[in-house]
Amino acid sequence: MRRIVTVILSTITTVVLLFSYHTSTDSTTVGGSRVVQLLASSGSTSRSGSSNGKASSPPQPSSAPVASSTFTGEVAETQWGPVQVQITVQGRTIVKSQALQYPQGNGRDWQINSYALPVLDQEVVQRQSAAIDTVSGATVTSDGYLQSLQSAIDQAHL
Amino acid sequence: MSRRAWVEQIMGMPISIHIRGDDVDSPVVSRAVEDAFDLLREADRLFSTYQHDSEVNRIRRGELDLAQADPLVRQVVEACQQAQELTQGAFTDQLPDADGVLRFNPTGLVKGWAAERAASRLADLPAASFCLNAGGDVVVGGTIGAAPGGPGSTWRVGVEDPRDRARIAEVVELQHGGVATSGAAARGAHLYDPATGSFVDREGSVTVVGPNLMWADVWATALFVGPASLSRRFSEVAAGYRMISL
Repeated sequence: MRRIVTVILSTITTVVLLFSYHTSTDSTTVGGSRVVQLLASSGSTSRSGSSNGKASSPPQPSSAPVASSTFTGEVAETQWGPVQVQITVQGRTIVKSQALQYPQGNGRDWQINSYALPVLDQEVVQRQSAAIDTVSGATVTSDGYLQSLQSAIDQAHL
Repeated sequence: MSRRAWVEQIMGMPISIHIRGDDVDSPVVSRAVEDAFDLLREADRLFSTYQHDSEVNRIRRGELDLAQADPLVRQVVEACQQAQELTQGAFTDQLPDADGVLRFNPTGLVKGWAAERAASRLADLPAASFCLNAGGDVVVGGTIGAAPGGPGSTWRVGVEDPRDRARIAEVVELQHGGVATSGAAARGAHLYDPATGSFVDREGSVTVVGPNLMWADVWATALFVGPASLSRRFSEVAAGYRMISL
């Protein structure tokens, strides 16, 4: 199986994310290990690199500014068009999420986008703070945003 | 105990597999995960309504006779018929296409079916526990923690609040089985009600938890689009399943 861990530069349009990662956890704090917090700060530098094994957390020097890494989800083909979500991670914190591309062809698209885009960041925080392992929702196949976001959370194991 | 996760984009959605166990890096685990993804890709090849040459699309165009179709396709067709009967017609595999013409479309059942089938490759991993999430439908299981509450065996599955998707409305704790959610609020009317011939556009969602994800998925859809009286039928025929109506 291809496993590509990619930290990308902003110009890359399509990155296949096939992440594999692991972390130690104990059974009583399974959800807790995934808690992330949303910080108001945003990263200014991007790193670029890849490995063919497990994703490792970006280095986290305790005093120096933490470099931010940008993870771009695979393009999700939805019935309304392609969707691609990108998250920016600083240390173990998602500081930003945005849709790089999304359907813009008709009224329904607009409705979806105007709804989906603003909730991305907030949703990351809420889902993680609920100390859960995974999410069941009515997202099914067409709403690429939130699925892609869920995927990003899974991949980054934040 | 360690934990490891894999994600791939299959069937138009990210599908994640999480494994907990003592040796999540073993080749046995990797192979099982690859097998599970392979089964999902196989299902996509056969059932996708987006891939021009999938068997389902060839059936829809009248190019492939059901009798000549892959045995897996016939298996799904049978399951669809069974689902239709069990849900008194609230579940259907006849959905309107882009032109409004009713055509064979087993999509409503395939995701749960395929995820359940893929999960079978993970279920027997020694001393491991798994969670597979296919675009919001979840199946968990494994061989650790035979005793309820055993270490690492329980997965906490958050159920999205359909009115505020930033919130988790409920948390289901599960060691074996499936959790499926159907609703329209998230992305507008997309669930079809065969009784009225229209798409359902109401608030809320229905989540069904039970031993088998495919049936949980079928019932979640049926209970969302069907009449209120269907919940009585559900409690009669779907032993071991429970619904969370939000």
